[in-house]
Amino acid sequence: MFDEMGASRTRRTVTATARLMRALHLDGMLLAGLAAVSCFGLFVLYSAAGDNTALWFNQLARFGIGIAVMIALAQVPDHFLRMAAPAAYVLGLVLLALVAAVGDVGKGAQRWLDLGIVRFQPSEIMKLAVPMMCAWYLHQRPLPPSARDVIAVAFLIVVPVLLIAGQPDLGTALLVAAAGFLVLVLGGLSPAYLVGAVAIVGAAVPLVWHLLHDYQRQRVLTLLDPQSDALGAGYHIIQSQIAIGSGGIFGKGWTNGSQAQLEFLPERSTDFIFAVVGEELGLLGLLALLAGYLFIVGRGLLMANQCRDAFTRLTSGSIALTFFVYVFVNAGMVTGLLPVVGVPLPLVSYGGTSLVTLLAGFGILMSLYSSRKLLGP
Amino acid sequence: MRRVRIKDENLEQRVFLQRSLIAIAVVLSLLLLLSGRAFWLQVLRHEHYSVLSQGNRARIEPLPANRGVIFDRAGRVIAENTPSYQLELVREQAGDLDATLARLVLIGLLEQDDVDRVRRLVQSRRAFEAVPVRLQLDQEAIARYAVHRYELPGVFLETRMARHYPYGELGAHALGYVGAISENDLVRVDKERYFGTGVIGKTGVERAYEDELLGTGGYREVLVNAEGRPVTALGGQADNLRSRAPHAGRGLRLTIDIELQRVAEQAMAGRRGAVVALDPSTGDVLVFASLPGFDPNGFARGISRRDYLALTADPDQPLFNRVLRGTYPPGSTIKPVMALAGLEYQVVRPEDTIYCPGHYSLPNSRHQFHDWKHEGHGTVDMRRAVMQSCDVYFYRLANALGIERIHDAMSRMGFGAPTGIDIAGERGGVMPSPQWKKTLFKRPEQQAWFPGETVILGIGQGYWAATPLQLANATALLAARGRHFRPRLVRAFVDPVNGAVDERALQALPPVELKDSANWEVIVDAMVAVTSGPGGTAVRASRGAAYSIAGKTGTAQVYSVGQTEKYDEKTVAERLRDHALFVAFAPADAPKIAIAVLVENGGHGSSAAAPIARAVFDAYLAPGAG
Repeated sequence: MFDEMGASRTRRTVTATARLMRALHLDGMLLAGLAAVSCFGLFVLYSAAGDNTALWFNQLARFGIGIAVMIALAQVPDHFLRMAAPAAYVLGLVLLALVAAVGDVGKGAQRWLDLGIVRFQPSEIMKLAVPMMCAWYLHQRPLPPSARDVIAVAFLIVVPVLLIAGQPDLGTALLVAAAGFLVLVLGGLSPAYLVGAVAIVGAAVPLVWHLLHDYQRQRVLTLLDPQSDALGAGYHIIQSQIAIGSGGIFGKGWTNGSQAQLEFLPERSTDFIFAVVGEELGLLGLLALLAGYLFIVGRGLLMANQCRDAFTRLTSGSIALTFFVYVFVNAGMVTGLLPVVGVPLPLVSYGGTSLVTLLAGFGILMSLYSSRKLLGP
Repeated sequence: MRRVRIKDENLEQRVFLQRSLIAIAVVLSLLLLLSGRAFWLQVLRHEHYSVLSQGNRARIEPLPANRGVIFDRAGRVIAENTPSYQLELVREQAGDLDATLARLVLIGLLEQDDVDRVRRLVQSRRAFEAVPVRLQLDQEAIARYAVHRYELPGVFLETRMARHYPYGELGAHALGYVGAISENDLVRVDKERYFGTGVIGKTGVERAYEDELLGTGGYREVLVNAEGRPVTALGGQADNLRSRAPHAGRGLRLTIDIELQRVAEQAMAGRRGAVVALDPSTGDVLVFASLPGFDPNGFARGISRRDYLALTADPDQPLFNRVLRGTYPPGSTIKPVMALAGLEYQVVRPEDTIYCPGHYSLPNSRHQFHDWKHEGHGTVDMRRAVMQSCDVYFYRLANALGIERIHDAMSRMGFGAPTGIDIAGERGGVMPSPQWKKTLFKRPEQQAWFPGETVILGIGQGYWAATPLQLANATALLAARGRHFRPRLVRAFVDPVNGAVDERALQALPPVELKDSANWEVIVDAMVAVTSGPGGTAVRASRGAAYSIAGKTGTAQVYSVGQTEKYDEKTVAERLRDHALFVAFAPADAPKIAIAVLVENGGHGSSAAAPIARAVFDAYLAPGAG
């Protein structure tokens, strides 16, 4: 009897939660995945931050802001987002041009725009504005895109990417390019273009090499042979691999990673936090985290497939897959598979703007997903 | 012609789904790649990276071993390790290094002469390391530091184990001292063993027995961060830090009796010279005094440049080890062994007499060799010649023996070669021979050996040069009637943990055997006469002794004062006086102690040197002593 009552109360609670979710245009499954990975991230960051608890609370606050932004964006109707896309894109371009002209220099790169109260990176806007703009351009044209459309979209992508890469912020440029490119791919870009793109990239390598800054060249060279510069550019890669490798299957234990805690691992709470996971929580911790990411990407793609028009579909799919690009570029860099590119580990790395942008992206994804019912039967 | 395409929602959805499936396949394979990479790093290469990680986080911190304690013959501690206060400076906390050093000078905790040395030392270490700027502070300096501490950021008072010699100057030349390891030291030692140890034995026993005294240093791994700064252990990290406990060095039991040493040094007070006493039946060095001495604690404290220069500039040369390295003409002290050589080679019989007119000339030569007694000793036999130290008798004897036989006999008594005592730096002196002269001089006319050079060897002059240790060694050999032991300063090792004493075996050397062993007693009898017979040269110093003394006085001529030495006229006169010598052993029939005393510019052996030997004998042979 008591059991029955308990069961029914549970059922009532579940349905109430589901009703609330629906009212707020939120997706429970995606939210659960994001929450799981975020909690994991905060758990690891607490250890990586060491004595600096202020840093941890700072991140907690940013999660608060990010969640607020996510929920707020989830309430925005999809047609409004569609209309806003070109505006956001143009605004982003203007701000990027402004940064190039008058921006602050931080860590040797010109990325920040000081708005008096907040310092902020216009390139973050482009992470969302570029895929939305590409989807907006393609949504009224027949798909798969024609050659003309492909060239037009490529132009939409290349202009902001070059501006960002020139700051120089290779990581963000890469992510923005990936977001736009994924819209094209999901829209049905012919494999012939892919082959062509690869060929162009291959041909461009010597040219790009010529254009790269010295430190960027160094990063590529260092990837090929980390020991060549063990105390300089290779130091990051060597130390992060030592951290991960010495973690073994089960890890050294939370807050017990000697590489991280004794500050051998550089940027351990930001770009290299993946190594802290590997050192302290071992192979099992890494696999659990990767599984969490897979769940989020999978759920995002599933949601995108249920969308009823090209704009929502392409934008959602791009957001979900770009999220994975973050994961792979960061994890690949930290484990020594890819060159060192400044890309944070999503939901885990310390860092304000990119976290808010990420959650904003998921807010847009949820908004677009919830709109399917309005069009559906 | 242009084909107009229209949007096909179904086609687009299908394409999107197809592309999504491809994308998820790519995502899965990339995740597999990442997992594989993690597996490679964390499972297959785990061992490799674990070693690298351990090397990263741990720094080895040395735990120096306590240096072996040194005891005297009676078990009194004469070199120990005591906690001492030292000032240490941490550069990064001191701010302006020059200003801090200047303030230390102003307060009187550092001497201006040492500032440069300290600055170099501090700058050669890492910014966060504590570098000693002054060792062994006394109470007054500690108080001064306490008063000024607030204006000395980065300067700390620390407790460390430091070498201390409780008897100060006593026996300093035998004991030696420890000092800061220098570049020269590093050439001759295994650097690994000195990891964490700041000092090394520089002279004397401290140097010769360095291996035993040093011990085995330990170490401890401490956690460090990427900047090399020690950090407190975190959680499970402390578990697999390695460490090894240090093992203290072995203690040494010396043959020296520090209280007997005190008697000798007090008797010599104000004089320059040497006193060496040996136990004839073992070779144990009972007294090893070179005067003036110095305080070895000054070196252990880290002697200031000014103090060191003062020591080296002192005309009395307190750092000069006269026992080991001072070579002097042995003078008349070798007359007993010369007489023994005469008996051994049957050149003379004890009862043979000569007439001493006060001078001696070689046949066919007008050159006169004078006796110290201008009017001569009259008719003397061997006993009388030794007793009264008749020079003419020994001029004749030396001439009769000839240089080759003198050289052979005296070499057997240990002259002309180091005795082999167990500390370094000993000189062999000179026991001349025609052969020796040939190698010494280049021009042929200088290489020839003249008969006159043999004659003066009879009274221990000429080219002959001996160290006080050689004289004591030869005297001990006489006392032991030919039995011979290598002189030694360390008689036993002491286990640092349980105090067990490990006695060292005696080092017997081939004995000196006479064709007629009765000749020993002839010589000993003559030496007893020196201290008790009518006209004996050491009668006054031996009066009232409760035991019989066999001895021989000596007076060695000083030819010149070194050209470079600067003395005022009064000192010059003093420095031109003869060296006074006395060798003796007692009791004469069953000797327990043999001694050689040398007083530089002391005048006569009988008045200056013999009383010192007497004081040592009295202290050593008094009932209940020794």
